[in-house]
Amino acid sequence: MTALAGRIGADQAALARHLLLQMLRVRRLEEKCVELYSEAKIRGFLHVYIGEEAVAAGVLDNLQGEDAVVATYREHGHALLRGVPAGAILAEMYGHVQGCCRGRGGSMHLFDAGTRFFGGNAIVAGGLPLAVGLALADKMAGRSGVTVCFFGEGAVAEGEFHESLNLAALWQLPVLFCCENNLYAMGTALGRSESQTDIALKAAGYELAAWAVDGMDVLAVHEAARRAVDAVRSGAGPHFLELRTYRFRAHSMFDPERYREKAEVAHWLERDPITLLRSALEDAGQLTEAQWTELQRDADAEVAAAVEFAEAGTPEPVEELTRFVYSERGPE
Amino acid sequence: MKTTYREAIRAGIRDAMERDERVFLMGEDVGAYGGCFAVSLGLFEEFGPERIRDTPLSESGFVGAGIGAALGGMRPIVEIMTVNFSLLALDQIVNNAATLLHMSGGQFNVPLVIRMTTGAGRQLGAQHSHSLEGWYAHIPGLRILAPATLEDARGMLWTALQDPDPVLIFEHGTLYNMPGEIDDGAGPVDIDTAALRRTGKDVSLITYGGTLPAVLDAAEQLAEEGIDAEVLDLRTLRPLDDAAILASVGHTHRAVVVDEGWRSGSISAEISARITETAFYDLDAPVGRVCSAEVPLPYAKHLELAALPSAGRIVAAAREVTGKGG
Ligand SMILES: Cc1ncc(C[n+]2csc(CCOP(=O)(O)OP(=O)(O)O)c2C)c(N)n1
Ligand SMILES: [Mg+2]
Repeated sequence: MTALAGRIGADQAALARHLLLQMLRVRRLEEKCVELYSEAKIRGFLHVYIGEEAVAAGVLDNLQGEDAVVATYREHGHALLRGVPAGAILAEMYGHVQGCCRGRGGSMHLFDAGTRFFGGNAIVAGGLPLAVGLALADKMAGRSGVTVCFFGEGAVAEGEFHESLNLAALWQLPVLFCCENNLYAMGTALGRSESQTDIALKAAGYELAAWAVDGMDVLAVHEAARRAVDAVRSGAGPHFLELRTYRFRAHSMFDPERYREKAEVAHWLERDPITLLRSALEDAGQLTEAQWTELQRDADAEVAAAVEFAEAGTPEPVEELTRFVYSERGPE
Repeated sequence: MKTTYREAIRAGIRDAMERDERVFLMGEDVGAYGGCFAVSLGLFEEFGPERIRDTPLSESGFVGAGIGAALGGMRPIVEIMTVNFSLLALDQIVNNAATLLHMSGGQFNVPLVIRMTTGAGRQLGAQHSHSLEGWYAHIPGLRILAPATLEDARGMLWTALQDPDPVLIFEHGTLYNMPGEIDDGAGPVDIDTAALRRTGKDVSLITYGGTLPAVLDAAEQLAEEGIDAEVLDLRTLRPLDDAAILASVGHTHRAVVVDEGWRSGSISAEISARITETAFYDLDAPVGRVCSAEVPLPYAKHLELAALPSAGRIVAAAREVTGKGG
């Protein structure tokens, strides 16, 4: 029995099943991406989120339409759960004009104005200042939006991390920083890059509310994010969550994983957020075999439809190469 | 009315703040201190700390915040003390401001204006004196402005704020005290075209920003020698006004490009290349260039002066390409 099981009462079962589906949708999409990469349908750098799904699922479920999301190059799951259609995501990786960025961004640069999804930033820590600015705009305009900014623990060593936390706290901006601590930045273990490895503690030094959460327990993430988002929205200033998680797959498709032991990976695989939640639900008698089958079927169907959409896509005419360098001004 | 370049910029900022409540100014010491070059003096008292927003020493952080605020619907003016410090924000300027529109397939434009001081001439040594606007002019996605006159100092800002995309305005440090008369009704000016500051038939002197005064001086001296120089002020370094450059060279058949940046890999090299690419057969002489010496700008006055384009060097270059005078 896991720590999760005892906590799933009847009142939480619907939410838990919903989050299970969200994680499953990301998992299936990512597995498909890896497959498509092997088939050379997707090129460039590809970073998958397998193992870390509880973070995006738990956090994003608490957001509203007016909120903004800034993420990294490992953002397929964030885009999907923010509401970007899986087809538009896959078509983007195919380099097709039907992609969410017309094929100009690719895997690492998914954007979507409709869901206020501001990327897809492939510069480590480069998204944090943007999130601060989005939150500044909300605050100055008197809106109640919350900006959520995801980044890896590798970003903690960058100057932009420190500048951004300081600015956000100094100006009391409505931003929630979500550090996805998967213990590695490419091949560099946290302890080999930080003198202080307690990231929440470090963040708290900037005078913002910060705490660490088990990032493999989607209900814990959901609860922590709910509290943080509510607090930020109510004007309590920026908040910081360190989400302790693990990436099950290689950093990217070019990573022989020389830097970590198989046993370590195996240990973390036992804490697969999907398996954990599934068995907790089953233990609590809140997930029948039929329900589980249906969740899987839904996730699979979505991915299958997305592949079909991407396959049917078309490349943008090369004559349009230099569009979108500057805004296109219609007739005045 | 009488004004200075500094006051003209301030009037432009005030005007923008009054016209559009989404506009705000942010940067290091823009508020309580009054601006490191006193450009924003008095605006803090006038508009308050929300809209004249002092920032910590975090160039990357507050430039990125400006980008984010622009994405969020504001119209920020970000001031960076000098171009040298903007190097700490290069990531945000080059990787975000200039790319977001394209990477997002046209979804996210960044209506941001960044102002900064550029240039030498004040004995500030190598870390406060460089002219790197030519570097920025290399970047697709940015618009680069270099006001050299009171009218442009006053009027470029508002037009830049109307641009849906990021605009960088380079203010030359030696121009801030430049006095002069400006029309009481001076207002927004175009930011697309170069301007003829003097017409002539013998040689085109092509320049921008801080070297315009030296070029106009040189043109006076050349006139005394019987060389009739035309002076073209580029005003906008990206996109370059090719038509104006070619029109001028098309009738003078000779050109000298004057640029305070270093010669190697510079905007002057770009201009020279464009002239030879498109007007080669109109030329009566190779294109001349007057640039800064290839040295980190030194402190000692005589060395600094020797490193910079001067009226004397411009005159000499004009004589050379015209084969006259001397
Ligand atoms: C500024 C910068 N430096 C280096 C890189 C190369 N790089 C890409 S991902 C990465 C590791 C980042 O690790 P982390 O922030 O922990 O995120 P994770 O990949 O673990 O999700 C590095 C070094 C980069 N993209 N940007
Ligand atoms: Mg990491």
